[in-house]
Amino acid sequence: MADATWLNVMLLLPVAGVALLLALPSLKEDAIRAVALVVTLAQFVIGGALYLRFDAATVGLQFATHIAWIPAWGVQYAIGLDGYNVLLVLLTVFLGPLVVAGAFSAIRKDLKFFYCMVLLLQFAMLGAFVAQDLFLFYLFWETMMIPMFLIIGIWGGERRIYATFKFVLYTAFGSILMLAAIIYLVYMLQSPSGELSFAFADLTRARLPRPVQLTLLSAFALSFAIKMPMVPLHTWLPQAHVEAPTAGSVILAGVLLKMGSYGFMKLGFPLFPDATRQLTPLFMSLAVVSIIYGACLALVQNDIKKIIAYSSISHLGYVMLGLISLDIIGIQGAVIQMVSHGLTAGGLFLMVGMIYERCHTRELAAYGGLARALPIYSVFFMVLTLASIGLPTTSGFTGEFLVLLGTATTGWRQYQDGAVFPLLMSAAAVAGVVLSALYMLRFAKSFLFGPEKLPHAPVMDLVWREKLILGAIVAAVFALGLFPDGPMRKSELAAQEFRALILVPRMPR
Amino acid sequence: MALALTAIVLLPLFGFLVNGLAGNRLGHRFVSVVGCSLPIATFALAILLFAELSVRGGAPQVATLYTWAAIAGSGFDVALYLDPLSAVMTLVVTGVGSLIHVYSIGYMKEDKSYARYFAYLNLFLFLMLLLVLARSLLVLFVGWEGVGLASYLLIGFWFDDPDKARAGKKAFVTNRIGDAGFLLGMFALYFAVGTLDMDRINAAFAAGPPPAVPASLIGILLFIGATGKSAQIPLHVWLPDAMAGPTPVSALIHAATMVTAGVYLVARMSGVYMHAETASQVITVVGAATAFFAATVAIAQHDIKRVLAYSTISQLGFMFVALGVGAYGVAIFHVMTHAFFKACLFLGAGSVIHALGGEQDVRKMGGLARRIPVTFVTFAVATAAIAGIPPLAGFFSKDEILWYAFASDHGGSVLLWAVGAATALLTAFYMFRLLWLTFLGRSRMTPEVEHHVHESATSMTGVLVVLAVASAAGGFVAVPHYLEPLLPLPPVAEHLQQFEAPLLWLSVVIAFAGLALAAWFFGGDARRAERFGARIAALSRVLANKYYVDEFYERVLGRPLTWISDAVFLRLSDRVLLDGSLDGMVRLARRTAAAFCVVQSGNLHRYLFLVLAGSAMLLTWSLGRG
Repeated sequence: MADATWLNVMLLLPVAGVALLLALPSLKEDAIRAVALVVTLAQFVIGGALYLRFDAATVGLQFATHIAWIPAWGVQYAIGLDGYNVLLVLLTVFLGPLVVAGAFSAIRKDLKFFYCMVLLLQFAMLGAFVAQDLFLFYLFWETMMIPMFLIIGIWGGERRIYATFKFVLYTAFGSILMLAAIIYLVYMLQSPSGELSFAFADLTRARLPRPVQLTLLSAFALSFAIKMPMVPLHTWLPQAHVEAPTAGSVILAGVLLKMGSYGFMKLGFPLFPDATRQLTPLFMSLAVVSIIYGACLALVQNDIKKIIAYSSISHLGYVMLGLISLDIIGIQGAVIQMVSHGLTAGGLFLMVGMIYERCHTRELAAYGGLARALPIYSVFFMVLTLASIGLPTTSGFTGEFLVLLGTATTGWRQYQDGAVFPLLMSAAAVAGVVLSALYMLRFAKSFLFGPEKLPHAPVMDLVWREKLILGAIVAAVFALGLFPDGPMRKSELAAQEFRALILVPRMPR
Repeated sequence: MALALTAIVLLPLFGFLVNGLAGNRLGHRFVSVVGCSLPIATFALAILLFAELSVRGGAPQVATLYTWAAIAGSGFDVALYLDPLSAVMTLVVTGVGSLIHVYSIGYMKEDKSYARYFAYLNLFLFLMLLLVLARSLLVLFVGWEGVGLASYLLIGFWFDDPDKARAGKKAFVTNRIGDAGFLLGMFALYFAVGTLDMDRINAAFAAGPPPAVPASLIGILLFIGATGKSAQIPLHVWLPDAMAGPTPVSALIHAATMVTAGVYLVARMSGVYMHAETASQVITVVGAATAFFAATVAIAQHDIKRVLAYSTISQLGFMFVALGVGAYGVAIFHVMTHAFFKACLFLGAGSVIHALGGEQDVRKMGGLARRIPVTFVTFAVATAAIAGIPPLAGFFSKDEILWYAFASDHGGSVLLWAVGAATALLTAFYMFRLLWLTFLGRSRMTPEVEHHVHESATSMTGVLVVLAVASAAGGFVAVPHYLEPLLPLPPVAEHLQQFEAPLLWLSVVIAFAGLALAAWFFGGDARRAERFGARIAALSRVLANKYYVDEFYERVLGRPLTWISDAVFLRLSDRVLLDGSLDGMVRLARRTAAAFCVVQSGNLHRYLFLVLAGSAMLLTWSLGRG
């Protein structure tokens, strides 16, 4: 089979998995779990192989499929891998089996339906990443919301209804704006012959007048900024995380949030370069505000899930900062930061889930001295905490360091041209480095250290299944911290293209 | 030889992995063998490489391991770099490090987390060597933050005690503030020079400072990092609390090696600082202020480890004074001698604490000289060394610092010398005070404690003896001379040369004056000191409370940060403004919908009426227009 076929197989496998699950009787719980695990593992194997075969020196799409779908509208089923999505696809298929295996003991209610939703979510998320047609992208984008809505709404905590309501309101609001912008954009861009096209490649060809760009970018940006989320559009996130079951939180933090930043990188900024350049100070400020605001809020939370939720806002602020620095180092840093956050936040949510299964509370004050009671758990927790803080040799450092370096380089370069603001922003962003140490070590101190305090003692330390899950994540965290060069090569050409698309010469008036 | 250079760094990492992963299953003996033999092996390798380097006449050796990241043509390599400066540091780190590892066998014998302790200690050594041998600032930063982590883990080693865990967190966070400055300095350098390799940066600056970024700005930003790691004002607050860790850790990390990383950083970047006059002045002032301030606090402390902690801060201040006036090699000289005598003092304090079953308050000691003679003699030698009694090690390095503080063309002055000399006097005073209160005079121990006093095991006292010998003789190693080709000493004006000999004699007088003062106050019974302390009660309270710096930080930084996060960001902004407006919109939507609901009553008559009324209205409207 050709590589392009394998990409389709990987994308569609979960759909086949759902069909298989529906055919199974609900009582065969082990079989259900096995099917879900096998499907996601197979996805990981295919995804890993495609990642290895992905040629870093080739510009543009690889393993592409183009099939006309709705010819009247110019809609295609177009998918493929490129430097923008290849690492995020790998992250998605890497976390898939871990999420499935992580939920083995946690989910007891409507098992079959639950795994159907997880597989559907995998399908939709991968689809959104690999889609190369705006219509198709939007379809996958919207599809993602439904299984997530159900996962939180059915298997969530006590206030799950309020949380899902808020989650849907926010994302639907963003989606509708984006839909309107998409329709407008495609009509604006239709060729003189009146032919419509939703293909990404066609969208960047024409230049729209700047006022139109500003309007459309605002619509896209609102939608992406809600997903990411950026301050002040973030308040849905902590509640969604707190109420979601572990699997939901992991997918949400690990992959779903990256949809926002991926959208900015693949669509939002390159489609509207003039508007992007004009709004750069705004995005830069919002990024810095997100970094600091998220960190400050994480500092005063008493719910362990909320600490990680708010830290996500802070960490994704770095992603935005790196992208908008328009410096190649900063952009590459943003890409690594996306993957790194998926690993660390995903891993930390898994760990919170593991302790919650044992002790049934997320109250920080209820815990203490876990390092004595659960030594193995504590070692994993400490490693992920340090990765979240961005300690060198972990993935968090690679991302943060490159983002800050790129931003500072841009800042100094613009300072030479007389602009002080970017330099000040780059300096302010470094405050996040201190704040992250403050909130994560506060967390670790009362969680792991001090006199032993456990709500449901005696508690068992990690079982081999949990050790395997966390071991995989920790290995990835160190791999990306110590040897980021391989992954970054795969995204380098895309990062350069992204930069070139935005820094095109000013449009003549 | 590149292999040997790599092995130096990686051997302790191997020890960390073995003891960390399997130590609990392998038993005390195995853990000790792994934990100590690897540091000793690194020390042997360090000697080998040092000899090799000397044969080559100091020509640097580079071992490039791999490319961490290559982005758009600029590569960040992981490479090790051995030149005379890093060689001296490597010898100090592995030499003193090995001794402290050996000492720890006896000191930590009874601890239930024996394997974890040695794993952490090896981890520290690995990262410290990475710091010292790094070629680029990036790799140095990896070691820099890494030793901070090891320090965090070891300060909070007995984590069941929340105070110890808190001290670890304080150290990490305070260091992170410094690291933020370090990062900004690194970024500015990268923009200015286009590389982070320190030899290339120094070479670029030697050809004239690059115009893009002011050299002093870079210098000050990097120095902010140094104030964190080397506990200088205003980031010194973490070091005294770091004494919560096991005493050998205080000796290794918080006295001999890690805290000197800031000094090493500035010396390593001397190419930049030679062009950064303002930054050098800042370093001088901060160093001198810290040296004096910490020495005054040390006088009023009662905890034996705290006295030594403030003494360390003060001595580090001395080193920064040397750096500020351009005497980089002299600063490294003091790093070395300080490593010897301060490690000896801390380990001696550890032996005392061990002998007294955990007592650290000098008010409950006294008269220990005859009970633990080896500890006493070695402690006394190290005390004399730090106080600057000739011909012991501290005398030489400190005298050279004072000389350049007076005479250097790069910012030396009489005032600077006076501050340094006053600090030297205080140093001699508080150190002999400590010696008297601990070992001499009458015993103030409880009979229970006194009964159990015993000299430490030979593995511990042996280490003390080695360090005492080093403290005595270390001054004869001419480090500044050895480093001079790499780190030239600052020029001294012709007319000042004549003062060198008189100032040297003055140094001797100062050291003995401190000794005499301490003898007068604390000799016999310490009642004279008590009476004097009572007369200046207000001042001694301020000193005992360390000038209330911690309280000040808590009030102006800690509490406002929590307040703004909680009251402003969380309660006002997130809950009231953002969620409030969302809820408001939802409520508005509900109410509007409710208002329209009235129409949908299910009453057929009303529907019919509305349809007719609407039709009539439309009809009138269309007729009116037609």
